[in-house]
Amino acid sequence: MEARRKFGSTSIFILMIMLSVLFLFPIFIIFMNSFKTRFSIMGSPFRLPTAETFAGFENYVTGIKSAGIGGAFLRSLFITVFSVLIIALLCSMTAWYLVRVKNKLTKAIYSLFVFSMIVPFQMVMYTMTYVVTKIRFNNPIGIVFVYLGFGAGLSVFMLSGFIKSVPIDLEEAAEIDGCTPLQTFFRIVLPILKPTVITVTILNAMWIWNDYLLPYLILGTQKKTLPVAIQIAMQGAYGSVNWGGFMAMLVLAIVPIIIFYLFSQKYIIEGVIAGAVKG
Amino acid sequence: MKKYFPLFVLPTLLAFTAAFIIPFVMGIYLSFNRFTTVGNAKWVGFDNYVRAFSNSDFLNALWFTALFTAVSVITVNVFAFLIALALTKALRGTNIFRTIFFMPNLIGGIVLGYIWNLIINGVLSYFGVDISYSAKYGFWGLVILTNWQLIGYMMVIYIAGLQNIPKELGEAAQIDGASSRQALRHVTIPMLMPSVTICTFLTLTNSFKLFDQNLALTAGAPARKTSMLALDIYNTFYGRAGWQGVGQAKAVIFFIIVALIAFAQLKFTGSKEVEN
Repeated sequence: MEARRKFGSTSIFILMIMLSVLFLFPIFIIFMNSFKTRFSIMGSPFRLPTAETFAGFENYVTGIKSAGIGGAFLRSLFITVFSVLIIALLCSMTAWYLVRVKNKLTKAIYSLFVFSMIVPFQMVMYTMTYVVTKIRFNNPIGIVFVYLGFGAGLSVFMLSGFIKSVPIDLEEAAEIDGCTPLQTFFRIVLPILKPTVITVTILNAMWIWNDYLLPYLILGTQKKTLPVAIQIAMQGAYGSVNWGGFMAMLVLAIVPIIIFYLFSQKYIIEGVIAGAVKG
Repeated sequence: MKKYFPLFVLPTLLAFTAAFIIPFVMGIYLSFNRFTTVGNAKWVGFDNYVRAFSNSDFLNALWFTALFTAVSVITVNVFAFLIALALTKALRGTNIFRTIFFMPNLIGGIVLGYIWNLIINGVLSYFGVDISYSAKYGFWGLVILTNWQLIGYMMVIYIAGLQNIPKELGEAAQIDGASSRQALRHVTIPMLMPSVTICTFLTLTNSFKLFDQNLALTAGAPARKTSMLALDIYNTFYGRAGWQGVGQAKAVIFFIIVALIAFAQLKFTGSKEVEN
């Protein structure tokens, strides 16, 4: 019995190792091909680089220069960082107000936020692009507010859910001690909210960093973000795709998010579970 | 505190109004109009909806999306559950396995699509074809991609569910002489139903709304046969002059289907909670 169980767990262990190899294989292929010469990638992506097909860092140098990837990378970083910070701050404030001040107006606003979560992007993409262009928010700073508008639904929903479970006593004590609502919020509420704010921030960061269609429609191909740059590098150059540079671009899009993951894995997985259960 | 509304709520509400509320209302209105820009809309009643439902690309996308979603929901959840079961058996290196299986979930849809485009075309090149040769290749390519992306995510939720089952239940079943297969069927799986519901609906909505992966992997090739709903709506809007109204009508239909799925989920989880 004991021997059989041991045999069972060993075979599961070996199966899991094989599965891990299978899961890592696609990422490995991209890394490997980013070091091959541009004509030795398509058609033979599984061949290891040889003396003739090894390109060193050439793809990273030419690929990044030619497609304006450096600028796209920084733009993506700027948009992601500022959007998640603004969403975290403003949505916590909104959520707190909506939970603590109960009237018909706040209830209606809250319902609209929840409703927006089930509306697919295609429903509003055409008219949203029109409105955002009309009010001249179609630039890397304006898009931060567009992300605030789109991120508000899930963020306010998750933050409100947490605030509802926090006893009001502390806030009332602060008020009696003479705190204004603004002081109460920053000194009492925000520190208590921290775990949920981290969760919301991680979910938003993953969404905005990887988002393609919204920045493509609003910023176009001139002020491209990283996913947009990748898409147009592939679709824009008919017949003459630089596969080497393209592989380097894919690696550049993957690496930051994997580093981010390895450092904050615990929060990311917790955040994903929380987001799944509530969303 | 009441008078702090402009400070606490207004900034978020303004952004939300500009990005969502106004576009949503305009979208509903425009689906009953013929237009090429928002300025020249002309009321046509339900004409766009009639044209949408008699459009073979749309019907094909609807069917393709439904089939793809059904296959993905089953495969993703079966694999994710089996892996979660294996990883909760107190194995060596459980955390490392979990880290690896979850990783693809963080990669963006466009990048995911091109990674698999390279790999699938690399395999198919041994047979002298590529992914645009047949809609079947595109279909299974999308299924493989979605499995790779979502298995780790659902696995994490199943692991959390499995760890929440009290150990005493399994022990009691063992004392009563249940085999491990019987314990799985009569103890583990019934206790895991809340996680099953969550994962099923998550896979369902994720697969149904797929866009980036579809665009990067097949872009609808061959001949729009592998276009899913979101991509078909996009192509109707931006690829066909004079069809913007039909695109908007398709988008409203898409929204209604997604909303129905969401309400079904709400009902389903709600009734489960009452039973508990």
